[in-house]
This record gives sequence, structure tokens and C-alpha cells, in this order.
Amino acid sequence: MKEVINLPVKNIEEEEYHINMGPQHPSTHGVLRLVVSLQGEIVKSLKPHCGYIHRGIEKMCEKDTYPQIIHLTDRMDYLSAHINNHAVCLLVEKALEVEVPERVKYIRTIIDELNRIASHQLWWCSFGMDMGGLTCYFYGLRDREHILDIFEESFGSRLLHSYYTPGGLMMDIHPNFQKGVKDFIKYFRKKIKDYDDILTGNVIMQARTKGVGILSKEDAISYGVTGPSGRASGFACDVRKHDPYGVYDKVDFKEILGTEGDTFTRYMMRMHEMRESMKIIEQLIDNVPAGDYTAKMKAVLKLPAGEYYQRVEASRGELGVYVISDGNKTPYRMKFRSPNFSNLSALDHMSRGVKIADLVAIGGSLDYVIPDIDR
Amino acid sequence: MDNAALKERILGLVPGAEFQENKQFLTFIIPPAKMHELAVSLKNEPDLAFDYLFCLSGVDMVKFLEVVYHLESTTFGHQLVLKVRTEDRVNGAVDTVCDIWRTAEFHEREVYDLMGIRFTNHPDLRRLFLEEGWIGHPLRKDYVDEVNIVEL
Amino acid sequence: MNFSLYDFTPFNQWIDKFLHSHMSSFWAVAVEMTIIGLAILLFYALVGLFLVYAERKVCAFMQNRVGPNRVGPYGFFQTIADFIKLMLKELVHIKNADQLLFNLAPFIIIIASFMAIAAIPFAKGLHAIDFDIGILYVIAVSSLGVVGILLAGWSSNNKYSLIGAMRSGAQIVSYELSVGLSLVTIIILAGTMQFSQIVEGQANGWFIFKGHIPAFIAFVIFLISSTAETNRGPFDLAEAESELTAGFHTEYSGIKFAFFFLAEYMNMFIVASIAATVFLGGWMPFHMGGWAAFNHIMDFIPPFIWYIGKTFFVIWLMMWFKWTFPRLRIDQLLTLEWKYLLPINLVNILIMAFVVLMGWHF
Repeated sequence: MKEVINLPVKNIEEEEYHINMGPQHPSTHGVLRLVVSLQGEIVKSLKPHCGYIHRGIEKMCEKDTYPQIIHLTDRMDYLSAHINNHAVCLLVEKALEVEVPERVKYIRTIIDELNRIASHQLWWCSFGMDMGGLTCYFYGLRDREHILDIFEESFGSRLLHSYYTPGGLMMDIHPNFQKGVKDFIKYFRKKIKDYDDILTGNVIMQARTKGVGILSKEDAISYGVTGPSGRASGFACDVRKHDPYGVYDKVDFKEILGTEGDTFTRYMMRMHEMRESMKIIEQLIDNVPAGDYTAKMKAVLKLPAGEYYQRVEASRGELGVYVISDGNKTPYRMKFRSPNFSNLSALDHMSRGVKIADLVAIGGSLDYVIPDIDR
Repeated sequence: MDNAALKERILGLVPGAEFQENKQFLTFIIPPAKMHELAVSLKNEPDLAFDYLFCLSGVDMVKFLEVVYHLESTTFGHQLVLKVRTEDRVNGAVDTVCDIWRTAEFHEREVYDLMGIRFTNHPDLRRLFLEEGWIGHPLRKDYVDEVNIVEL
Repeated sequence: MNFSLYDFTPFNQWIDKFLHSHMSSFWAVAVEMTIIGLAILLFYALVGLFLVYAERKVCAFMQNRVGPNRVGPYGFFQTIADFIKLMLKELVHIKNADQLLFNLAPFIIIIASFMAIAAIPFAKGLHAIDFDIGILYVIAVSSLGVVGILLAGWSSNNKYSLIGAMRSGAQIVSYELSVGLSLVTIIILAGTMQFSQIVEGQANGWFIFKGHIPAFIAFVIFLISSTAETNRGPFDLAEAESELTAGFHTEYSGIKFAFFFLAEYMNMFIVASIAATVFLGGWMPFHMGGWAAFNHIMDFIPPFIWYIGKTFFVIWLMMWFKWTFPRLRIDQLLTLEWKYLLPINLVNILIMAFVVLMGWHF
């Protein structure tokens, strides 16, 4: 005779259904794991589990000299590698009170903005893919290739450049650089209209993103959501405007702020930002002053004892570098305040009560890069 | 509010705060017991309005462990750095500020994971990057891992 | 034997007579059924392979790519190579799956699409069975596929699969209505459900032109809802690659996965050929009233070519949707059906009935 098991009677409505999104999942863009509790299709709550690509960059920095650290910062947010380099370079220059040549400032600003455009192009194609429009992916990658070609011609690498050094640049730009950039701007001004045609104006895309995943301005500030995602909520957090570095104080560009704070506004912020970046590059590209490509630096860089903090606007938000130096050639403690880390913390708040498909769209609009979260 | 006025204001709120010289930011060392109370006033007092915690770091200064808060007011633009120290390397604990600045929830988990500073009243104090059951806290100066850390 | 490309009836009758003269009637029918079965199987495989190739090329065209171009001329044999690969792949054994249902599901799906092909007229006299309720049969049989999807999702014991299957269940049950009702609109105009008579009725003009406005609305609704019924983008919620990894067939591998894959393309072929037959005149050539010379030239093109051409036009439309639109969300999908397509469809049937009553059609 079979044994009768009395299972405890559970209320099905209250029972939660957990799914693991990741660490291998198409929409997490890397090795992030989200434990999502569902009720039917509706997300009740989610818990991010990080650390799958934690490499201990902060610990490694304590053993490395400052020029070596630059190579590690490339590996954090690999899509805005130049901007990460820039943060460390600015910090070392500030600590050593080195004045870098004007030429370097111009070139750094131009390359930062190119990097930002390339990063947003990749975001655009992966966002399209998250929404189910696979064609976007190839449009974005096609145009990003032009920027990578410019990078490759000038400094030999396409993704992890380590082009900036404390005090200047690794080498001077290629003679074709300016022409290449101008050609690209001309080309991309035309192509960005395609982006609007294929995705922005699409009825399905608008219906799926408008009013979804709303983050209020107070919450954005409280969660420290910066970059285009923060500005979509109306949080004026553009470091380029509020704490200018490079030659951002000499160029004319707008800090565009959204009001809605939904997925569509976050999408539009990045689309606007690509156009603003092109505007910045156009103002600078013809005015790059002649001069040295690096300031005279000592062979061994030793930061005076003390604390230093440098913020830059990476393509996903505010990147902060905090260094405590004890006067040695290696930092005593180095901390990176990475934009994606704070942005991710708001994901749970934003995605409560939305559908699974919306969760993917919200994640896409936050544009997280996992190595930057885990460091 | 400029830094001089801000300094007076903070010293008025927490008389035990210790001023620290720093070129970039106005820096104070706050007694751990006063931190949460001060954080509430910093966020809520209309003339201070420090609503944006842009960095929270843990530092191991060997003699003591330290939590560093970088604060900014998005309305006035003034900035402030607060430090809280604990000398207990085993059970050292600091009050959480994640009920005031939500971003602190993840940052404090990171500090707990890598630096081993506990945060009392934190809603979900688990390791963030390393797996549960990892022994030690890697960012501490006395952390030894002969397998994974190669000394040159 | 009087064999021609324009009418297959004498050819069929010749085979029938030949078999009956050589064996008893029972064996003759058995042999005929075997021949037809094999012919459809071969056709099925060829069309499936070609459609996979076509989709890759169309998709590549939409995406600024070249597409397959290494195996054979223009990569034409790429899908054959892929098929061989899929056949040789290991069938992953899922420990906690419901073994019987897990293995049964791909067959249910493929049988459903296989059965639907039987009723479709490819050219004059070239169809397996000419039911007098052909349309009803096709609708009934094609909705069997959802059973396979539900079984696949349930039996894999995977949470993503289950969500995918449940989505697909809701989706197919809803869109079945619109498919049926948009065909009802044409049945009213044609006055018959028999495919051969529907095609014959379009000799002097396709139904999409004859029924003008209501027929055109019905055609658009049919396109939308049949795309949804075949689980293709932008309605591919059951698979939803970026959300559910691969939806109901996440756990399937090797040839079982190939079955799902093939069935998806065959379902697309079936709905496209129904659209071509019911709305675009099936194998009937394109005729213009009064243009005798033009009509004669059109007649010269064999009906089979007409049929394939129209079907592939509809398939191309469906591929175009898939590769340009983002995916809908489940609630929007159901809203579209229950709040828009269904009421429009019901009103459209009334209009069509009125048009037919008043004789306002061509």
C-alpha cells in the first residue's frame, strides 16, 4: 500500500516563483545573476548577486604603481576605457600639481567623447536586442566599427587602449586622426537618423518603454543613479558641467535633463547625448593646439601623502577614484566608485510590479557593464 | 554655504567632531555613536540638504578601520567628507546610513565583504562579491592568501 | 497519358487507374497513400530546408550582412550542413523531465503541421485530399500544435520553459479566434469551405480584390494573427530569447530541437499558403478584366509557380515583420487581440455579409 503524504496546503496566490536570471542569460550582458521572484508574469522583487567577475582590482592597485593602475582601469568599464584612464590620470596630475599641455586636454576630451559615442552605440544595439529587435544590433555595431578604426589607427588597440598616461598621452595622435573623426561625424549624423527610424519611432518600442520602470528624482539621488539614467529622472549629475575637467569648460554643450524618469526617457537621454557628444567633438577637432603630447614627468611617480578624489563623467555615470597615499609609489588604498554599481542598486526598486519583459527593458536602459560592478 | 560656514555648522551639530586637514574636501572625523544622528540632520536640515552620497569607502589604517562618506548637496553644491573609525578589528560596527541614502545599502555590503566592518541595522548584510563562507576580508592589510595573491 | 504542368488531374487519374488495374482496391489505396505520404514528406523537408536558408538570407539583407555564403553557391547548402549537424548532436537527457511527454512533444508539433499540409492545393489537381470543409480542417489541425508546445514547456521541468509554454498557450488560444474569424469573412464571400472551389471562385479575380475593403481588412488581420499563431516575431513571446533564453524549447537538443525548428518554418509555410489560397487566388494566375492578351500570358505561367510565388511573398512579409519589429509584451499582445482585432473582425464579418447580400462585391 502506498504511503499517504500530507503536503502542507499552501495558498498558491502567496507562493513565490523564483527564477535565476543569469549568470548565463542573454539579457544580463555578462555574468550578473538576478534572483527574481515572480507571481505569474509579474516581478515581485529581485536580488542581484554580483561577484562572478570580481577580480579584486582595488587590492591589485595597492601593489601597482600609478602608470600600471591605468591598465587595470581599462578592465572595469571596458566600454568607456578611455574615460576610466582619464580619471586616474587627472587624479595623479592633481596630486602632483602637474600642468598638462593644452593639446593633451583637447585630445583627451575628443577621445573621451568618441568613446562615449561608441559606448552608447553598443548600448543602443544591445537595448534593441533586449527589446527583441535583433536588427538594431548590426546597425549599432556597423557604426561603432568606424570609431574603433579611428582608435586603432591612432594607438593600435580597439577596446582596451591605455592611451592616457599621467601627464599626457602614450604617443601623439595619428596624422589622419582629425580627418577620420570629421568623416565619422559627417557619416554618423546621417546614420543616427536610422536609429530613430528603426527603434525610437516604433510603436511597439514606445508602448513597451513609456511609463515603465519609473525612478523619481529623489530616488535617483538617493540611490546615486548617475549618468544618462540619472539625468532621465531630472538629477543634474553631469560632472562635465558641474566639475569640469579637460576642456569641457571651453565648449558649448547642453546637459539635457528628463522629467519622466521612465525607460523611454533613459533611452532618449542617450540618444541626445550622442548628438551632444558630436557637437563637442565638432567644436574641438579643428582647434587642437600644437605642442607636446605629454608633460615632463618623473620616472617614478610618488604621490604626496594625503587623500585625493577625482570624479569624471563616464558613459554610464559618475566614476569616482579615491586614493589614500602614504607617499609611496603605490597607493595605500584605492577605491573606485563605479557608476554601474550604484545604478544596479536601484534595479530592485524600479522593477517591482513590472512584467518580466519590462525587467529586461529596464535592465537594458540602465546599461550596466558587469566588470564595472564587480571590479 | 561655503566651507567655513559649513565647518561651524557641523561642529555645532556634533561638538565631538574632529576636523581634519584636506586640500579638496572639508573633512571631519565623527564619533561612531553620533554618525547616524548627524546623517539624519545632514539630509534633512534645509540649509544643509546633503542628499547625494557619492562615495562610501572602507579603509584599513592598521590601527583602526575607517568608513569614509563623501557627501554632496545637489541643491547647494557643497561637499563634505565624514569619517567614522572603529578600532575593533573583529566585531567593529558602525551604524548603517542606508535608511538615509539608499545607495549605501550596496556600498555597505561591499565594505562589509571586503573590509569586514559590520553595519548595525543594515537590512541585508551579506557578502556581495565573495561567496558565503569566505574566510577573511581581502582588502585588509593583514589579509593573507598565498594561493591567489602573488607577491613580487 | 496526357501530362501537363497546368492540370494534374489526368496524371492523378492515370496513376489511380494503373494501380487499380494491377491490384485489389485495398492495396491500390494503400499504395496511393504511401506515395502521397512520401511525396509530402519530401516536400516538407525540402521546403523546410529552403525556408531556413531564405530566412537567413532575408535576415542578413535586413541587417547589412551577407548571410551564409560558404557552403555551396551562395551558401545554398548551409542548411543541409546544419541539418546533418543537428542530427548527429547528442540528445541531452534531462533527469527530472517527464520522459514520455518530453519525447512526445516534438512529434505532436511536427504531426500537426504535417496534417495541415494535406488539405492545401498546390496546383490544379495537386492536393492530397480535397475536403469539402477544407478551411475548418486546417484551422482545427493547426491548433493541435499548441498541445505540443504546452507539453514541451511542462515536461522539461524548467521554469523558463514553463513560462514560455504558458505564454504560448494564452497567445495561440486567443489568436486562433482571429485567424478563424478572418477566414470566415472570406467563406461568406466564397460561399464554400472547400479549397478547390475557393480557388475556382477566384478565376475572375482574387478575393482580396473582389471583396475589396472587408477582404483587405480580413487579410491584414489574418497576417497579424497567423504570425502570432506561429509564434514568430514580433509575437515570439513563447521563445523570447532575451527574456526566457529559448522559452519552451530551452531543454531540447539535437534532432528534437530540429523538429521544433522545422515545425516553426512549416507552420509559417502553411499559414502563408492559406493566405495565398484564400486571399490571393491560390494557384490562379493574375487576371485583369478585359485584357485578353495579358491574361493569356499570365495563363502561360504554370499554376504551381503562381502558388509558390504568392506563398513566398507572404512568407517574405512575415520575415520582414520579424526582423524589423521589437517584441510585444504579453499584456499588450492579449490587448491587441481581445480589444482590437476581435471587435474589428466581428464588425468586418457583418460588413462582408452586408456586401455579399447587397451584391456590392465584384
